Amino acid sequence: MNDGQTTSPASKDTQEVETVVIRFAGDSGDGMQLTGTQFTNASALAGNDIGTLPDFPAEIRAPAGTLAGVSGFQVNLSHHEIFTPGDNPDVLVAMNPAALKANLEDLPTNGILILDREAFSDLNLKKAGYAQNPLTDGSLDRYQLFSLDIARMTTLALKDSGLSNKHVLRCKNFFTLGLMTWLYQRPLEPVLNFISARFAKNESLLDANRRAFKAGHAFGETSEMFACQYEVRPAEIRPGTYRNITGNAALCIGLVTAARRAQLPLYLGSYPITPASDILHELATYKGYDVTTFQAEDEIAGVGAALGAAFGGALAVTTTSGPGIDLKSETIGLAVKTELPLIVCDIQRGGPSTGLPTKTEQADLLAALYGRHGDAPVVVLAPSTPSDCFEIAIEAVKIATKYMTPVYLLSDGYLANGAEPWLLPKIEDLPDLKVEYRTEAQGYYPYVRDPDTLSRPWVVPGTPGLEHRIGGIESEYLTGNISYAPMNHEQMVRLREQKIAGVAREIPPTELIGPESGDVLVLGWGSTYGAITAGVRSLLKEGLAVSQAHIRFLNPLPPDLGDVLSRFKHVLVPEMNMGHLLKIVRAEYLVDAVGFNKIQGRPFKVQEIISRVKKLLEEG
Amino acid sequence: MSIANLNEPAKLTRKDFESDQEVRWCPGCGDYAILAQVQRVLPDLGIPRENYVFVSGIGCSSRFPYYVNTYGFHTLHGRAPAIASGIKMSRPELSVWIVTGDGDALSIGGNHLIHILRRNLDVNLLLFNNQIYGLTKGQYSPTSEPGKVTKSSPEGSIDNPFKPLVLALGAEATFIARSIDVEAKHLQEIVRRAHAHHGASFVEILQNCNIFNDGAFDDVTNRGTKADHQLILEDGKPMIFGKDRAQGIRMNGMRPEVVRVADVDANDILIHDVKNPVLAYLLGQMTAPEFPTPIGVIYDVDRPVYEEGLQEQLRHAREQPNAGDLEALIYTGDTWTVS
Repeated sequence: MNDGQTTSPASKDTQEVETVVIRFAGDSGDGMQLTGTQFTNASALAGNDIGTLPDFPAEIRAPAGTLAGVSGFQVNLSHHEIFTPGDNPDVLVAMNPAALKANLEDLPTNGILILDREAFSDLNLKKAGYAQNPLTDGSLDRYQLFSLDIARMTTLALKDSGLSNKHVLRCKNFFTLGLMTWLYQRPLEPVLNFISARFAKNESLLDANRRAFKAGHAFGETSEMFACQYEVRPAEIRPGTYRNITGNAALCIGLVTAARRAQLPLYLGSYPITPASDILHELATYKGYDVTTFQAEDEIAGVGAALGAAFGGALAVTTTSGPGIDLKSETIGLAVKTELPLIVCDIQRGGPSTGLPTKTEQADLLAALYGRHGDAPVVVLAPSTPSDCFEIAIEAVKIATKYMTPVYLLSDGYLANGAEPWLLPKIEDLPDLKVEYRTEAQGYYPYVRDPDTLSRPWVVPGTPGLEHRIGGIESEYLTGNISYAPMNHEQMVRLREQKIAGVAREIPPTELIGPESGDVLVLGWGSTYGAITAGVRSLLKEGLAVSQAHIRFLNPLPPDLGDVLSRFKHVLVPEMNMGHLLKIVRAEYLVDAVGFNKIQGRPFKVQEIISRVKKLLEEG
Repeated sequence: MSIANLNEPAKLTRKDFESDQEVRWCPGCGDYAILAQVQRVLPDLGIPRENYVFVSGIGCSSRFPYYVNTYGFHTLHGRAPAIASGIKMSRPELSVWIVTGDGDALSIGGNHLIHILRRNLDVNLLLFNNQIYGLTKGQYSPTSEPGKVTKSSPEGSIDNPFKPLVLALGAEATFIARSIDVEAKHLQEIVRRAHAHHGASFVEILQNCNIFNDGAFDDVTNRGTKADHQLILEDGKPMIFGKDRAQGIRMNGMRPEVVRVADVDANDILIHDVKNPVLAYLLGQMTAPEFPTPIGVIYDVDRPVYEEGLQEQLRHAREQPNAGDLEALIYTGDTWTVS
């Protein structure tokens, strides 16, 4: 076959579809994350709008063939603008009985089901808890079932490869990817390029995966099993250059970009924790951008070293997830007290305690806002989509350095690992975040304040004549010397509060999707953006008086939010927690807002949002 | 005054390192003496005053930075080594000093202590060991002797104490020393040696808490008894001590023992070697009343310094094509253009 051949010959009928949701599921060792990612990249390059949801177990290798070991990757590709990875799959690819069992309930009747027949052995059926073989007991009759011999065909394609049987079977995922590439008319090149790069050091594996991929593609083309191919035409999206990006990757690039624009070295102090570790991994590769990464002995040392680096004049970041936040809270309090810039990235996961390490949740909001002893206000921001993690990192750096304060970034597992096309910013449009350390000794005190922002000056060690001491004990107003004076303490507590409240001037007017006033306002924050946006758009198409507001600033809150809330009969607050933002808006604005809480480690489905809003409307 | 002298910075004195803050330790506290010796040494180290940073945790000793007119950071209980690590990594040209106590470094901050030592950042850590919690008013510490009766151990402590020197050795420290608050000259010398060491320097300073644990080190500080209870170590010199230098240490099989020098072959007396970890371990294990208390440099070896390895990696990365180029950062991987 000619490598240069990039489009699939239209040898069969082509059926056009607007949107398709495909879920790849298999054992955690089956390479489903890789398969899904490659299919996504090829689709992005084909011009579709995309949204993805990886879903993998916390165990690295749960026993093969069991439900605990099932790993899934869902991708939504569309000719239209989309906001989510899709509610339910239209197509389910299941590589073994466990993957089928764990995912089948999400596949609607008449959905396409692609299975590897040979994986349905007695042993595998038993491991998955099937008493009867679903391939033969008629239970799959209501789906468009394609039961294939994936393992056998992969083996045949690689029969003279010289690889062991084990290695040959590892190529099954590329066979499957080849077939799906044919079925949805994706270009072959992105995957072939990936295989070349990935296996550059192992000629035989490179060749084998390439052949398996092409064999899968050729099978689709020649087999009579598939009556037609599908086409999802390119979406009409804003002109520009795009790349496919996950939230964690966008956050890394955002932090590095902001540090360069601030002309500061970036310092990450961190400790490995799911789902934040990828940030540590990725930033470790950016040393050429003056990025230092420090894998500390624990979460406390991670944030401690970051705070030390901030004192030293670096742009300091610490990254973690829920359990790490508990451990870091004392140090964040010290950063509040010493008024040093510090970016705290919390990639939220299911809690409490170890909870659901690989699943998403939004239940750290109250901890970020209030989880420190004393009155210890910090700025709290939340990105709404994977690519928004880039923007929010820049915003966080701007605020942290301008106001000399810790800034919390509340991402979550769904944003961290989910991907979407990112419209790349023009370099010349990036903001100037240049930071000036104070070097002027005249009139200097450690806690002298800028009259507008109330921030104190950033003086770094090594500056002659400005030697000073800071610490956790309450400081005397201005001089920073230890002070236990009652009125001084009250003044300092109020000042710290006032400084953070003043960050509200950075918040643009709240944007509404839908009418300016009406029956229901759906108020969200963070990663629920996609599902709420898709849901509200759909409700608006039905002519309902429903609007959406999505806030990025959780502290301080947008100055106009009270006014916005007052213009709607109902306020609905969907959250992946027991109602954190809900408590805050009720307390701050005395609004009888209603919560919609999903705590399943999974994002909201669009349909769930639609149904809940309609129920609220029915209740009047 | 010559022209050359005009261009040189004025020589710093002890006064330059005294802050305007009133020192607030209890009258008679050993911390005063330690502060004075450190302030005497700092001007002589050839470092501009603004390049010193003192970092501390929580406890009596940790108030130290407020009294030294350099940059200082009074941090959290036990966390000074972590915060100091960030300072030193981001600003390797600074001279970073950590001041801590037995509770701060060995109890709540034990984890950070062992890790900064094994990484071998070029910092100096002064551990004021008074074998008691002072600031919280007198509970037993991780160096208190077994049976210690305190408010939190009315029937006597059943905790086995750490031997700080052995702990530091186990944590792969490259410089381990011990001195005593009231031994002014000796302490100054040890502080100088700690500074001179390239890597993490761990210095245990025996310090009297005259309020909650008065006299804990009387044997090694009282004029009448100290000669018989201090083993003053010097590299390459025999381990001889006592009034008239009559006693020495020799090995009896695998164990050290105290002998009268006159009773043994002079060649049998142990010779101190700061590069020998086995000797360092034996010295760290020596406790009264069986043995004198070793003071001086116990161990001093070279190992790569953490922040220098880091700087080397950063330097190498900055020399690569596209280093620092935002275009290369953002416009990379599989991109596509929609027109």
